[in-house]
Amino acid sequence: MASSALRAPLSLRVLTKGFIIFWLILAAFPFIWTLWGSFKVELDFFSIADWTNALTGANTERTHGSPFTGAGYEGAWVQEEFWRSVINTFIVCFFVVCTSLTIGTLGGYALSRSGYRYTFWLLITALIFRAMPPITLVSGYLLPFFEWNVWGILPTTIIVLVAINQPFTLWMLHSFFQNIPKELDESAKVDGCTQFQAFRLVIVPVMWPGVITTGLFSFLLAYNDFAVTSMLLSESNRTMVPAIAAFLGTTQTEGNVMFAVAAVVSATAPLFVLVMFFQRQIVSGLTAGAVKG
Amino acid sequence: MKHRTFFWFFLPTGLAMLLFIAAPIVSVVIQSVTAQHEPVLITVETCTPFSCTEETTIDQEATRELREARPLGRFVGLDIYLDRGHLAVAEVAEAWRTSDSIGAFFSELGDLPFYRAIGFTLTYTFTVTPLLIILGMAIALAVNTLTQKLKGIVIFFSLLPMIVTPLVGSLIMFWMIDNRGVLGNFLSWLVNDPDLSVKASTPLMWIALIVYGVWHSAPFAFVVFYAGLQTLPEDQIEASQIDGATRWQQVRYIVVPHLMPLVTFVALIQLMDNFRVFEPIVGFNASAHATSLSWIIFNDMGGETRQLSAAAATSVLTILGVAILLSPVLVRTWRDFKGKM
Repeated sequence: MASSALRAPLSLRVLTKGFIIFWLILAAFPFIWTLWGSFKVELDFFSIADWTNALTGANTERTHGSPFTGAGYEGAWVQEEFWRSVINTFIVCFFVVCTSLTIGTLGGYALSRSGYRYTFWLLITALIFRAMPPITLVSGYLLPFFEWNVWGILPTTIIVLVAINQPFTLWMLHSFFQNIPKELDESAKVDGCTQFQAFRLVIVPVMWPGVITTGLFSFLLAYNDFAVTSMLLSESNRTMVPAIAAFLGTTQTEGNVMFAVAAVVSATAPLFVLVMFFQRQIVSGLTAGAVKG
Repeated sequence: MKHRTFFWFFLPTGLAMLLFIAAPIVSVVIQSVTAQHEPVLITVETCTPFSCTEETTIDQEATRELREARPLGRFVGLDIYLDRGHLAVAEVAEAWRTSDSIGAFFSELGDLPFYRAIGFTLTYTFTVTPLLIILGMAIALAVNTLTQKLKGIVIFFSLLPMIVTPLVGSLIMFWMIDNRGVLGNFLSWLVNDPDLSVKASTPLMWIALIVYGVWHSAPFAFVVFYAGLQTLPEDQIEASQIDGATRWQQVRYIVVPHLMPLVTFVALIQLMDNFRVFEPIVGFNASAHATSLSWIIFNDMGGETRQLSAAAATSVLTILGVAILLSPVLVRTWRDFKGKM
C-alpha cells in the first residue's frame, strides 16, 4: 500500500493518529501517574483540595522540604520489610520457571514426536486443566497440606505453581517442537542414538528460542499469581502480591496508603524491564497459538 | 516414538498434573459432599432430692475421636449445594411463589450470594469480551498504518496493561478513581457533583470493573489481530480497490473475514479467562457491590473459619460453568484433529 494514490485521506490519518495517542495515554498514563505519585505524601497523591498538588507536590514540600520523597519506599521496604517478599517472589519464580521448563520440555517433546492417538487425549486433558481457574483447586489442597504439615512453605507453593503451569507449557512447547523437523532427530537415531540422546544432542541446541518464550510466560504466571500464593503461604513466607494485598488491610487503618503505592510500583518495575527486553518473544508467544491454531 | 520411551519422557509432567490438578479436583468434589461431624452430644441426668434435670453437653473427647477416626467428615449428599449459600433451592422456590412479577423475583434472587455472584460474573464476562475484541481490533488496524519504528514503541506501551499483575493493575486503577484521586476528581468535575464517589455506587463500580477488564485484556486481542494483519491477502485487497471498494468496504469485506478465525480464538480464550474474574474485585475493594464465583471461593477459604466444604461446592459449580464455556473449544480442537488424521 506504498503507492501515493492509495494513501489515506487526511481526515482518516488524523483520526488514526488521534486514536493511537488516545490508546497510548490509556495504556501508559496510569503507570506514569502512579510512579510519579509514589514519591509524594498521601495528601498530594490523594488530593481532595486541588488535583495539581499531585503534580507539584505542595504538601510533600511542606513535610519533607522537597517535592519528592522516598518515605513511601522506606516505609514499605524497611519498616514493613517488603524486601522479604521480594526475595520470596524471586525464589518462587526462579524455581517455578526452571522446574516447569525442564519437565515441560521433555513432555512437550514426547507429545510432538509420538503419533499415537493418546497424545491427542493428553493434550485435550491439558487444555481442560488450563481452563480450570486455579482458585477452584485450592480448597482441594488445603486439607492434605495441613494434614502433612507442608502448608505455608515455599517448596509446596513452587510445586503447585509448576503443576498449574504445566498444561500451558505443554501446549506451547508441543506446537514449538512440531516446527522442528522430525528428520533432525530421526537421522540421529539412524546413526545409533537413543531417543534421549537424540533429544539431548540434536534438539536441545536448537530449542532455546521456544523455551525462552515459554519460560517468560511461566515466569509471568508465577509472578502474577494471587489466588494460590495468598492461600498457600504463611505470613512470613509471603510473596509480593499477597504482601501487597495484606498491606491494604493494615494501611487503611494506619493511614499509610503510600507504603502500598510504593510496593505496587516496586512490583511493577521488574515487569517493565521484562517487556523492554523480551517484547519480541512475548508477542510471538501470544500469537503462536492463535495464528497456527 | 515407542510407548515405553514416551512414558518416561512424559512421566514427570504427567505426574505433576495428576497429583496437583487431577487429584485436587477429586478431593474438591469429595469435600463438597461431606461436612464436618456434628459435635457428639451427651445428655446427663442430674437428680437432686427434689427433681431431676436433663443437661445436654458436648462430649469433647468423643467428638475429637470421631473427627480423627473419619477426618473427611460425614456424607451429606447434595445438602451443601442446595443450601442458602449456593443454589438456595428453597429460597428460590419461595421467591418464585411470593413475588408477583419477574422483576421482583430477580431482585429477590439478587439477595442470594450465589446468584448475586453469577449475575456479576456473567455480566462481566459477556460485556468485557466483545468490548475488548472491538477495542483490540481498532488498535490493531490503527497501529498497522504506522511506520516500523513507531510500531515498536506503541506495542511496548500496549503490552503493559496486560503484562502487569492483575491485582497491581486494579489497585493502580482503583487509586485513580478514588474520589480523591485524579480520575475521581475529573469525574466529579465532569458531572459537577463534588460528592460523586465511584466506591459508593453499585452501577459505577460495575462500570469501573468492566473498564478495568477491557483495559487489561484488550492488548491480548490487539497483539493477536495485529499478527493476523501481517498475513492479509494483498491480491484480494488490490482487486477490491480496482473494483472501487472504499476503505470501509475493504475492512468490512476482506480484513474482518480474514481475521474471523482469530476473533473466534480470542473470544473463546477471553470468555474462559473473564469468567474467573477475581483480582479486580479484591483490588477495587468492591465486594459490597459486586462479587464473582472466584471471589466467593476465596472468601469462604480465607479468614479464621475456613469453610472448606462451602468453598468446594462453589468450586465444583464454577468448574461446571467453565466446562460449558469450554465445550465449543473442545469441539473445535476435535474437528481440527479429525481434519489432520
